[in-house]
Amino acid sequence: MKTLAELEAIRKATLSRINLRTDEKSETTRVVIGMATCGIAAGARPVMLSFMDEIEKRHLSHVQISQTGCIGMCRLEPMVDVILPGKEKVTYVHVKPEMVPRIVAEHIVNGRPVEEYTIGAAEKN
Amino acid sequence: MDIYRAHVLVCGGTGCSSSGSATLIERFNEKIKENGLDKEVKVIRTGCFGLCEAGPVVIVYPEGTFYSRVKPENVDEIVTEHLLKGRKVEHLVYTDHATHEQDATKSLEDIGFYKHQMRIALRNCGVIDPENIDEYLAMDGYKALEKVLTKMTREEVIDEVLKSGLRGRGGGGFPTGLKWKFTYNSVADQKYVACNADEGDPGAFMDRSILEGDPHSVLEAMAIAGYAIGASQGYIYVRAEYPIAVKRLTVALNQAREYGLLGENIFGTGFNFDIHIRLGAGAFVCGEETALMHSIEGKRGEPTVRPPFPAVKGLFAKPTMLNNVETYANIPQIILKGSQWFSSIGTEKSKGTKVFALGGKINNTGLVEVPMGTTLRTIIYEIGGGCPNGKKFKAVQTGGPSGGCLPESLLDTPVDYDNLIAAGSMMGSGGMIVMDEDNCMVDIARFYLDFIVDESCGQCTPCRVGTKRMLEILNRIVEGKGKEGDIEKLEELAQTIKSTSLCALGQTAPNPILSTLKFFRDEYEAHIKEKRCPAHHCKALLQYYITDKCRGCTACARVCPGGAISGEIKKQHVIDQDKCLKCGACMEKCKFGAIIKK
Ligand SMILES: Cc1cc2nc3c(=O)[nH]c(=O)nc-3n(C[C@H](O)[C@H](O)[C@H](O)COP(=O)(O)O)c2cc1C
Ligand code: SF4
Ligand code: SF4
Ligand code: FES
Repeated sequence: MKTLAELEAIRKATLSRINLRTDEKSETTRVVIGMATCGIAAGARPVMLSFMDEIEKRHLSHVQISQTGCIGMCRLEPMVDVILPGKEKVTYVHVKPEMVPRIVAEHIVNGRPVEEYTIGAAEKN
Repeated sequence: MDIYRAHVLVCGGTGCSSSGSATLIERFNEKIKENGLDKEVKVIRTGCFGLCEAGPVVIVYPEGTFYSRVKPENVDEIVTEHLLKGRKVEHLVYTDHATHEQDATKSLEDIGFYKHQMRIALRNCGVIDPENIDEYLAMDGYKALEKVLTKMTREEVIDEVLKSGLRGRGGGGFPTGLKWKFTYNSVADQKYVACNADEGDPGAFMDRSILEGDPHSVLEAMAIAGYAIGASQGYIYVRAEYPIAVKRLTVALNQAREYGLLGENIFGTGFNFDIHIRLGAGAFVCGEETALMHSIEGKRGEPTVRPPFPAVKGLFAKPTMLNNVETYANIPQIILKGSQWFSSIGTEKSKGTKVFALGGKINNTGLVEVPMGTTLRTIIYEIGGGCPNGKKFKAVQTGGPSGGCLPESLLDTPVDYDNLIAAGSMMGSGGMIVMDEDNCMVDIARFYLDFIVDESCGQCTPCRVGTKRMLEILNRIVEGKGKEGDIEKLEELAQTIKSTSLCALGQTAPNPILSTLKFFRDEYEAHIKEKRCPAHHCKALLQYYITDKCRGCTACARVCPGGAISGEIKKQHVIDQDKCLKCGACMEKCKFGAIIKK
């Protein structure tokens, strides 16, 4: 026998688990990781795993992680796009697992992109 | 709880299970593990997606990529390409019949098949794992029950259902709220709620899909109904031929009991409600409400005279409220979103959506749910993708053995209860069978009548004997032995059967004949007067000929099982009509299209 509060907790927890199947895309933040051969070779898998870890740790049920193929800028891989609802896409390049907690905390949670990791910063150098 | 970045949804509906989806699930799990993705990707078995024709169906989320006709050997590719590298496996992506487009970036919502649909009763089918109550809860499951038990009076619940305009989806179209109200008004120490999951209509599988894909929605609705009318016990009468549905219902019942959503003192409100499953004997007439109740009581499944109506004297002589599966599946949404939301969908007198099982000569056979008022044309062409092989549409049958066939000229009819009746057919439970130029309408009428003759319970003479007489006449007509006056005799018998049968099975049995007589009378006349079947379907009325396109390749003569074809090599061949068995093998074999039937 479950109480109403327990049922509500199950609803929340399960929703975050199945939310990628529901339609409410406008509210979701998307993290898109380049996972073609070039991305994987450059270390995209550990990056994706760190994103998953971080997001689970912080119970960010509105964040969806997906992958995409080669974007054609293999030299900048691993590349990650972060798209907040209603905001422009921000592309991070040469992403390493150590950088992920900052991207999640500053950009996904607080809405401030980590400028120094973005493609704009990389192109300047 | 673990979080996964991708979900692979494999259809576990009856259609896809029979085309091997269970093997796919095993294979996916193996391959995902092999590639070290088992912590990131989860495989889920769901209920029917509605596109059974393209089965087995697999959807990969979050992209929503729709793969069709997936074979076990394709699994490796999906795992290594799509799941590992994020590249869709284009050659497996579903092709849209309506537009012939195959667009790899296409997701579920963009496919023509889904674009015109609106899913209320099927909203969770193909989305959640039906054997996991937590997933149903996550889709606002049992919130409607919570709402009625904690915030609404019984009268308010009934009023909400009444105002929604929901009508019975089992065929009759009776206003659901009224039925609830009548049963509420009956005074008795015990009342019952019952669910009709007998679904005997040939070609129909709406209810099966709901039970397989979202069983909790029906359980929740029955509990709501129980609260509203004052019943503590429910029965689901489900056909024994639906083993997957029965299993999922059983699993769902146990999970709901475990969570205290069924049983004693639900949510601590003092409301008790539980549900029993009863397996149907598989007779079509057992779907009729009085017959169904006799069958639950362990008696013979035969209809009896109404009144008394079940709302007054039903199961075990107590007031009983019987609704269809799809009717129930709408209830939780009506409670949560309100009657106003529901009644804003559909037409003036038919609210909400209706699920149809599309079948016959149509590209996308499967299950569709559309707002009431959608035209037949939209359903058949834009959702169903039209007739296969470029054949010409001839008619659409709705309402099963109680319904009728509508011709091309009525394709713009908006589908709802009243429009279909006005057009000469009926809504019925939701079977929709498309016929093309190769279908003989006399033979179609014969098919339905044949079904009725087998399924009549035999109590009433007109239904038992009259339908048999009609069948004899139709058999004669398709065999080329039709006589002047046969049509009139059919019409006369039809009227008698309609007006003197006890239950709706008999009362509606002549409908398929009457509607084909109305719209395709010329086909009957051609059979009777000219001994000709315009669709070239009826064997007795058709002959195969070899035309001068024949190159004398001898291919036909070699396949002919009757030894009916003769001719010299490189010269035109001929068919001996006395020996011809009319099997059509020669026509199929001829590479030059030289063989015709007429
Ligand atoms: C011969 C016959 C067969 C029927 N079969 C079914 C059936 O398979 N499923 C169903 O829900 N209703 C069937 N009905 C209609 C039921 O009698 C009843 O009207 C219906 O279950 C009521 O539910 P609803 O108001 O929600 O439609 C049948 C009726 C007749 C006369
Ligand atoms: S009408 Fe036919 S099926 Fe219905 S009770 Fe009479 S004999 Fe039986
Ligand atoms: S229809 Fe069949 S039996 Fe007749 S000629 Fe062709 S192959 Fe022979
Ligand atoms: S059974 Fe799989 S789509 Fe219908």
